[in-house]
Amino acid sequence: MFYREAGDFKTSYVDDNQTFPIKFDRYRYYAVLFVAFAIIPFVINDYWVNAVFMPFLIYSIAAIGLNILIGYCGQVSLGTGGFMAVGAYACYKFMTGIDIWWGGELLFRLPEFNIFFSVLMGGLTTALVGVLFGLPSLRIKGFYLAVATLAAQFFLVWVFNRVSWFYNYSASGQISAPEHHIAGVAITGPNADAWAMYLFCLVFVAFSAIIARNLTRGSFGRKWMAIRDMDIAAEIIGVDPLRAKLSAFAVSSFFVGISGALFFAVYLGAVEVGEAFGIQKSFLVLFMVIIGGLGSIFGSFAGAAFLVLLPVFLKNTLVGALGWPTDLAAHLEFMIVGALIIIFLIAEPHGLAQLWRVTKEKLRLWPFPH
Amino acid sequence: MPDQLLFAIEVTLNGLMAGVLYALVALGFVLIYKASGIFNYAQGVMALFSAATLVGIMNGDVPFSHLINAILGTDIHHFGWHVPAILAILLTMGVMIFLAWAVNRFVFKHLVNQEPIILFMATIGLAYFLEGLSDMMWGGDIKKLDVGLPQGINETIDEVTFNLFGYGFFIDNLDIVAAVVAVILVIALTLYSQYSKQGRALRAVADDHQAALSVGISLNYIWILVWSIAGFVALVAGIMWGAKSGVQFSLSLIALKALPVLMLGGFTSIPGAIVGGLIIGVGEKLFEFTLGGMMGGATENWFAYVLALVFLVFRPQGLFGEKIIERV
Repeated sequence: MFYREAGDFKTSYVDDNQTFPIKFDRYRYYAVLFVAFAIIPFVINDYWVNAVFMPFLIYSIAAIGLNILIGYCGQVSLGTGGFMAVGAYACYKFMTGIDIWWGGELLFRLPEFNIFFSVLMGGLTTALVGVLFGLPSLRIKGFYLAVATLAAQFFLVWVFNRVSWFYNYSASGQISAPEHHIAGVAITGPNADAWAMYLFCLVFVAFSAIIARNLTRGSFGRKWMAIRDMDIAAEIIGVDPLRAKLSAFAVSSFFVGISGALFFAVYLGAVEVGEAFGIQKSFLVLFMVIIGGLGSIFGSFAGAAFLVLLPVFLKNTLVGALGWPTDLAAHLEFMIVGALIIIFLIAEPHGLAQLWRVTKEKLRLWPFPH
Repeated sequence: MPDQLLFAIEVTLNGLMAGVLYALVALGFVLIYKASGIFNYAQGVMALFSAATLVGIMNGDVPFSHLINAILGTDIHHFGWHVPAILAILLTMGVMIFLAWAVNRFVFKHLVNQEPIILFMATIGLAYFLEGLSDMMWGGDIKKLDVGLPQGINETIDEVTFNLFGYGFFIDNLDIVAAVVAVILVIALTLYSQYSKQGRALRAVADDHQAALSVGISLNYIWILVWSIAGFVALVAGIMWGAKSGVQFSLSLIALKALPVLMLGGFTSIPGAIVGGLIIGVGEKLFEFTLGGMMGGATENWFAYVLALVFLVFRPQGLFGEKIIERV
């Protein structure tokens, strides 16, 4: 009944190569896009946008980015928080106009970028920084690399804390997003409407997902996966490890940077770097990738949704309905998240994405299995 | 001697002492990694958990009292007794042994033959679970740990150095105790693994799982044993850190510092853990002393990681680690 290939004839190579080869899948995908773009913006309110949709969308981008690095290229990174901070601060500098100083004098100031391009530039800057911190991956492997990426995490956070140029010499050391508009609609700042922020993030999520999906299906993705499965063998069959690893770091950091920029500019509005982009954030995104499924774009969404909804759910049931104190609920959340990680690694190492794949296989045969 | 040099010597000494504490945590990592190939990220949280448990038992707190109060609406907090330090340490050790059993029974038994990176991520999950459990059992506030260790400035060193150089070095008594304990611990562990029956079995397992199984060594038993020893090391580290800066969440972050220590020393070498700890301890203190002020301070946050990163590029297996051989 569902997911049948029968009757779905492909008559050209283009048909054969499309992202969703099964008709049902394709229509479902269009339906999701339609609901997300054309229906949700009209019905959501502030609470839903701030508690559920924005974190979900923003973390999805970060999870897609990290999934490319860990799930597709096999390079474990614990520096996600630091890279998100790079995206946020780069976006801030482009939003407010970059000032170049020389010998204590202001040389010149770039014009303020539009918020859309600021976010993009945030991503590109992060890609550069990511390549820089990805260089050691050519020598260091496995968890040695994981620990080495901690250097990025702590060093970057420290830099943004100490170098006042990054926060425009503000007294509090915080950065806060000024009001920016697209076509007259406020996207950032206190006057931004919920639906506008939602749509803005959604555009980035949709494009990130499409780009990531197609990159991982193409020659880039194959090279990454070859490196992941066995780097020496990949090298022997002609995959250049330098290019493959660094491109994975660049693409991954690009997405992570965009999510950091959105997290700061659109979602939070004002950010203190140690609080917003600390080591905890790195782990949160890592958990999303593990729970969602390593090596799956859909898994990144599933993992992000799961870990965004879990605290909301716990808070509503435990604190709201049962009247527990908040700190107790927070402790329980730690335990549940930790236990879930272990359970997923034991029972389903490929995460929610694998459950979805199994369900799809079942649905294909339903209602007549064999 | 010029003042700057004296300051530098003092900073170096303090760095050595801090390094010993890093090395204590790193030691637990090395033990587990050698015996089971598991890179135990949760080692730092185990230190936190054991220290919190020790404080809880000493104060006679009711475990899970917050949870019980929230569910049943009661208002219980204390049993109303105080447990002497020695007994409390023994009881905590019992808890850590139980934890070792539980971790092996419920987690790693199901993950045999998985890739190392999967095991690593499982220990991150374990770290989160333990962190939540520790707060759930004993409450999340900062606790004071006092098992009767001497604290404060060491008067003798202060006086002797003052008479010699005209400047008294400030060295904490606790750091000296920690250094002595660490030395004893390393010697004891080395003797144990060299000469006792279990120690030999431990080394056999570290060498080759299959071969160890075939001569009749129970892997399960060895793993519980090694996790218990790691739990013991964590308890010692937890007592030292806890006495120094209170039992709190940041304890598990300090323990993160043990990671660059390990990378410097190599994952498989006990002396490496000690030497790495000392290098990191001295290095970060001296760096902060010489260049930190110029760079805006608080360089301790990242120096260890960056040092390890730079170092690894030139020597990927660490100072004392076994050479990494890759085969296709």
